[in-house]
Amino acid sequence: MRDADFFRRWMAAAAAAVEREADRLTELDSPIGDADHGSNLLRGFTAVVAAQEAEPAGAPGAVLQLAGRTLISTVGGASGPLYGTLLRRTGKALGESAEVSDAELRAALSEGVGAVAQLGGAAPGDKTMLDALVPGVAALASSYRAAGAAAENGALATVPMLARKGRASYLGERSIGHQDPGATSSALLLEALADVAEAEGAR
Amino acid sequence: MRMLINSPQTVVADALRGMAAAHPELDVDVERRVVVRRDARGGGRVGVVSGGGSGHEPLHAGFVGYGMLSASCPGEVFTSPVPDQMVRAAAAVDSGRGVLFVVKNYTGDVLNFEMAAELAEEDGLRIERVLVDDDVAVTDSLYTAGRRGTGATLFVEKIAGAAAEEGAPLERVAALARRVNESSRSFGVALSACTTPAKGSPTFDLPDGELELGVGIHGEPGRERRPMLSAREIAEVSVGVVLEELAQVGPADGPVLALVNGMGATPLLELYGFHAEVARVLAGRGVPVARALVGNYVTSLDMAGCSVTLCRADEELLRLWDAPVQTAALRWGR
Repeated sequence: MRDADFFRRWMAAAAAAVEREADRLTELDSPIGDADHGSNLLRGFTAVVAAQEAEPAGAPGAVLQLAGRTLISTVGGASGPLYGTLLRRTGKALGESAEVSDAELRAALSEGVGAVAQLGGAAPGDKTMLDALVPGVAALASSYRAAGAAAENGALATVPMLARKGRASYLGERSIGHQDPGATSSALLLEALADVAEAEGAR
Repeated sequence: MRMLINSPQTVVADALRGMAAAHPELDVDVERRVVVRRDARGGGRVGVVSGGGSGHEPLHAGFVGYGMLSASCPGEVFTSPVPDQMVRAAAAVDSGRGVLFVVKNYTGDVLNFEMAAELAEEDGLRIERVLVDDDVAVTDSLYTAGRRGTGATLFVEKIAGAAAEEGAPLERVAALARRVNESSRSFGVALSACTTPAKGSPTFDLPDGELELGVGIHGEPGRERRPMLSAREIAEVSVGVVLEELAQVGPADGPVLALVNGMGATPLLELYGFHAEVARVLAGRGVPVARALVGNYVTSLDMAGCSVTLCRADEELLRLWDAPVQTAALRWGR
């Protein structure tokens, strides 16, 4: 079972990963976006960590809902509402239990990913976050590490895709050959989850 | 890379502090990133609020004032503002007659304004939204996020603002704004990439002697790269595609409002020369230019290049265009 502390550690690990990879995310966003994905997410996740410290939530669901609200309020762009919705809806699906099982987390994350797809009107194959999130969350059924790896592979698989949503879609054919920054940061989020679960001695 | 800034982290706040110092008629909340017309409330007017990423100055904060925007929310550089800013702006300008959100068609702007509209409506405000999507460069928009919102934003904000100033109700201000958008199309070219403060180097690589056709306002490359063309040739291409699209929305020979807009690093010497070519092409096609505006209005940081926006204008739109306006970046008749 996972408690609120586990989710706080996940958010802290995600923030650390974003900080480590911010330049790379911005670099990936440069040829097909507008070169700010890293700096925007860094601003958001830094605020998430600060919010968790200022207002420590007692339940896993509340931790993620606070994180989602904070991202919406600080990131801007498309990433703010999309990542904010992912975490808020996942948190909402977790409910108010003080501890949640891995199966509950898996189901909640699926709901969160569904909400992202609905908000952005995108589907796997459109070269967006979903190309990492969908296979990542599906692989959670085997293990956290498998989820991180599947998400990472999903992000790599966006390279040959034609972007159909978001700013890169304006480039048409010229979006091909670039890794999607949103899929890349989504993989970081699931890898951070795997790291935290492993550190706790999970499967 | 040299920029006249303190640090990439503070550029937006620093610019807002400067705006506050230069324009005491504006209420600039630097911390919360909202710029409000001081007399926004009390006039019993519909509020007109817009916002978007910074880096496009004078859009939008430069258009806050009499006869145009009631408030604007600047986001980070090339990043849409967050819903909190929009809700705060709406609350600051609402006088009970509702608020129109002018939203450019970019995924981030659309999503954040959508969330803001929901939140503001939960607070009891009446909100209408108009989506600006005038850029003809994006093809096959069924599979993209749709046409981008670019130069027509200025037309929409001016005309909606004039209607609000006259005391028109929210539905009518929104309907006019939509009509302006539907009657407008734009096309842009980039002669250089731009440099965001956060990245510090050009966002795309445009070799010497080439240009990007069909560029957006975020420094993203356009749809096609070609060897450099003359102003005359660029005008022929741009006006040609804009008129082609406009033929589908109105009479082919009606008068137009014309905006020749600089992207930030193209001097007026070039923009006026380019406008001469635009006017020549339009005259050759029998399209009268009812009003023209030439200058840097919807920019893209230090990008060189320009865009052309044409709006098919009837008498009503022209009257509202001519109505007095007094903002930091646009003023006449008052």
